Amino acid sequence: MSAANDITHADVLVVGAGPAGLAAATAAARHGCDVHVLDDNLAPGGQIWRASSVAANTQSTQPMSSREKAIAALHASGATLHCATRVFAAPANNVVDVLEQDEHGLRYTYRTLIVATGARELMLPFPGWTLPGVLGAGGLQALVRAGYSVAGKRVAVVGTGPLLIAVAAHLQEAGARVVLLAEQAGLRTMLPLAASMLLRFTKLRQGLHYAARLRGTPVRMGWWPVEAIADRGVLAGVRITNGSETRTIDCDLVATGFHLVPNSELAELLGCALAATPVGRRVLVDTYQRTTRADVFCVGEPTGIAGLDAALLQGEIAGLTAAGQPSTHLHARAAAERAFGKMLDRTFRLRKALRTLAAEDTILCRCEDASFAQVKACAGWTEAKLQTRCGMGPCQGRICGPATRVVFGWEPASVRPPLVPVPLHALISSTSHHEENL
Amino acid sequence: MHRYDLIIVGAGIIGAAVARECARSGLRVAIVEAGTPGGGITAAGMGHVVVMDDSPAQLALTAFSRGLWREESFPVSVEYASPGTIWIAADEEEMAEVFTKKETYARAGVHSQVLSAPALAALEPNLRAGLAGGLLVPEDGVMYPPAAAAYFLRQAKEWGAEMIAGRAARAGEGSVSLDGGLRLTARFVLLATGMDCALLPAMPLRMRKGHLVITDRYPGFVSHQLVELGYLKSAHKVAGDSVAFNVQPRQTGQLLIGSSRQYGSDTVAINQEILTRMLQRAEHYMPGLGAVSALRIWTGFRAATEDKLPLLGPAEGLSDDPTLWLAVGFEGLGYTHAPGAARLLADRLLGRASAMELEPFLPARLKGSAAGKALHA
Amino acid sequence: MPEAMPEAQCVQIYLNGMPRQVARGTSVAAALLLHAVPCRESVKGTPRAALCGMGICFECRAVINGVAHRRTCQINCLDEMRVETQR
Repeated sequence: MSAANDITHADVLVVGAGPAGLAAATAAARHGCDVHVLDDNLAPGGQIWRASSVAANTQSTQPMSSREKAIAALHASGATLHCATRVFAAPANNVVDVLEQDEHGLRYTYRTLIVATGARELMLPFPGWTLPGVLGAGGLQALVRAGYSVAGKRVAVVGTGPLLIAVAAHLQEAGARVVLLAEQAGLRTMLPLAASMLLRFTKLRQGLHYAARLRGTPVRMGWWPVEAIADRGVLAGVRITNGSETRTIDCDLVATGFHLVPNSELAELLGCALAATPVGRRVLVDTYQRTTRADVFCVGEPTGIAGLDAALLQGEIAGLTAAGQPSTHLHARAAAERAFGKMLDRTFRLRKALRTLAAEDTILCRCEDASFAQVKACAGWTEAKLQTRCGMGPCQGRICGPATRVVFGWEPASVRPPLVPVPLHALISSTSHHEENL
Repeated sequence: MHRYDLIIVGAGIIGAAVARECARSGLRVAIVEAGTPGGGITAAGMGHVVVMDDSPAQLALTAFSRGLWREESFPVSVEYASPGTIWIAADEEEMAEVFTKKETYARAGVHSQVLSAPALAALEPNLRAGLAGGLLVPEDGVMYPPAAAAYFLRQAKEWGAEMIAGRAARAGEGSVSLDGGLRLTARFVLLATGMDCALLPAMPLRMRKGHLVITDRYPGFVSHQLVELGYLKSAHKVAGDSVAFNVQPRQTGQLLIGSSRQYGSDTVAINQEILTRMLQRAEHYMPGLGAVSALRIWTGFRAATEDKLPLLGPAEGLSDDPTLWLAVGFEGLGYTHAPGAARLLADRLLGRASAMELEPFLPARLKGSAAGKALHA
Repeated sequence: MPEAMPEAQCVQIYLNGMPRQVARGTSVAAALLLHAVPCRESVKGTPRAALCGMGICFECRAVINGVAHRRTCQINCLDEMRVETQR
């Protein structure tokens, strides 16, 4: 079927072109490694540095220029970037199979692999969350950058985590009327974080930047969503509560997210050791970002949610180490950023009430339309998968898995190839390189 | 006084079906299962309810059992449907087999219909051009095995069967001892343990590994369970690795794509070479499958006997224990066989007259079998 | 480079057969949202639109140029592209 020229070898293969992956690739390539970077998206930058793809829609914000610098540095370093490319299998040691443009199967071999697969939003099921117009907070931001106009739209931003503020500020800038920013964490819980930010110039500057943009936005701390309300099938508002009273806020869009879940699946497939977190798993690494698997590093959010600065430092450390260069000068700062991540986890810890938002008929698994009542009747993830198909759809449990972990406390399912749905012919072309070709 | 008449070890589709049959016949039944009911080899296969004619005994039991499937009305969750099987003849040689097969089926009272090349193309337009024809067996069915097992178990419990969660450490002499020390007693103990031979290492079973792929939803892409007739020539030989074109339309609109048969592999890992051959075979018969989105690939094991018939009934000849019974060795046909095997076993336990003979399936026939000795000595 | 397109021009696409203009560089998911067209009907027949916006959740699957189950948030609109709600 396919020829051996579909196999590319990389000294260092970086999966993910967000801040961590870009930093890792650039550091390794600068020191002479032959580096290839794979990313699922159409352009590099990951989620936090997602650029606008629509010319009419350019905004130059501070994060954008950091992004441009990072991408320029990557290109100058000699690393090769492959967009619209995702890893779906790891058939042997130092081999991965990838899908390009959702279509072609290719194979990469590597000496060192750096997992920089980022994070996704935690979505929690509540009545009405499947209505069109209820989106991930980061999701809505991404769609605006991909050409969706929110001008004049009333948007309610609800959930938890630092991303909500950034999203609300961005939406406001894009012409939306942010009619609500509801953060489930209470004001008192936020104080240690606020205090620590005062001591950190870049984070303080960023915080003030958002605060300026959100002037006039109704912000409610200690409030959370209980229902998205439809009027004749169209999203009309969101009901929120603080545990003692409820309010209904009219809106055209609901942007929701409950902080982040590490995208740890590739690392798990590669056999790296992971630790359980309240919402999923994170990859265990040492101070050089080495996983328990020889030849595999992991950087950024998959190692635990800690944000942009941590991602950049971890990426650079891994890239330098992969190239045989010293990185100890960065370790103290990286440790401080990791501590900041832990503070984020504490600050945005989910309140118990969020586990019981779903009604009996609320859809829990959106791919298979398995309801809360159906899934609840099962003894665990395995039975739920078998009897309700919860987690068996094309997202492979990426959305409902963390939700069932929060709601029922279930262990996440183990990861199997393919990591993502792939056309059959890609499976054939990738698997038809037999061992003799490796 | 025993607490139960029958303890069944294993709550797969076989154990569940036997539990239901025996409980509703008035026996006091317990089912012991360590894992998720229906989560063993029951969950690994296709759930094809099919009449097979490798031997007269197999033909008799699959036809009898398929009849029982057709008598029932299942809840929606079981996803039982009767799309029929089409055995596809690639060339004139295989077309000759179509006519032979039709006669064999007819003698057993199984309805089938010969399809010309244009008739086949009309029924399944996504098959490649140039095939010779096929044999449609319209009463064959498909269902979702874990849900079928759960449904049988639910009914068994309604008839009074008890479900006991735990791993059976020892079974025999009228008792089952669980990890943790609980000991249950019964007149009979039935092993319906799939491929797990730990409780009776002398079981003459060999594991045949298979690969399956499930796709996203493509309603209408395939309308019948499609199996290449070459399957009979290649896949059903007892020795050697083989692949065959075998595609099932699920009620969900998903496609299950198989199949492969492999001896000598005891890991669940996907075998790249076999998977490639299997998928190339599928694409060869149905070129449009290449663009179809595959969600999951998995492997499973079929527990096979050397004569390709299950072990049903007293373990006599394999064990000196007169209380020990077996319901294993279905080699992928457990889905079809479950209600039939359950009926025959219940008949024998209760001393009732049976609709067909159990004798060809009695474990004693494989006493001293090479497979059992070689693998479990 | 499949990055930001410099020219601010439009592309014509068809959403469930209706001709629509969107800015070049618009993702198919964004185009569907702009025109309030659901990406897909769920297993139980309810309309769904994009959720995660980053290729993970598969809610935004639609039929593009006859190919089913495409993630519309990871694909940009091209001239004459035909997009159908996935049923």
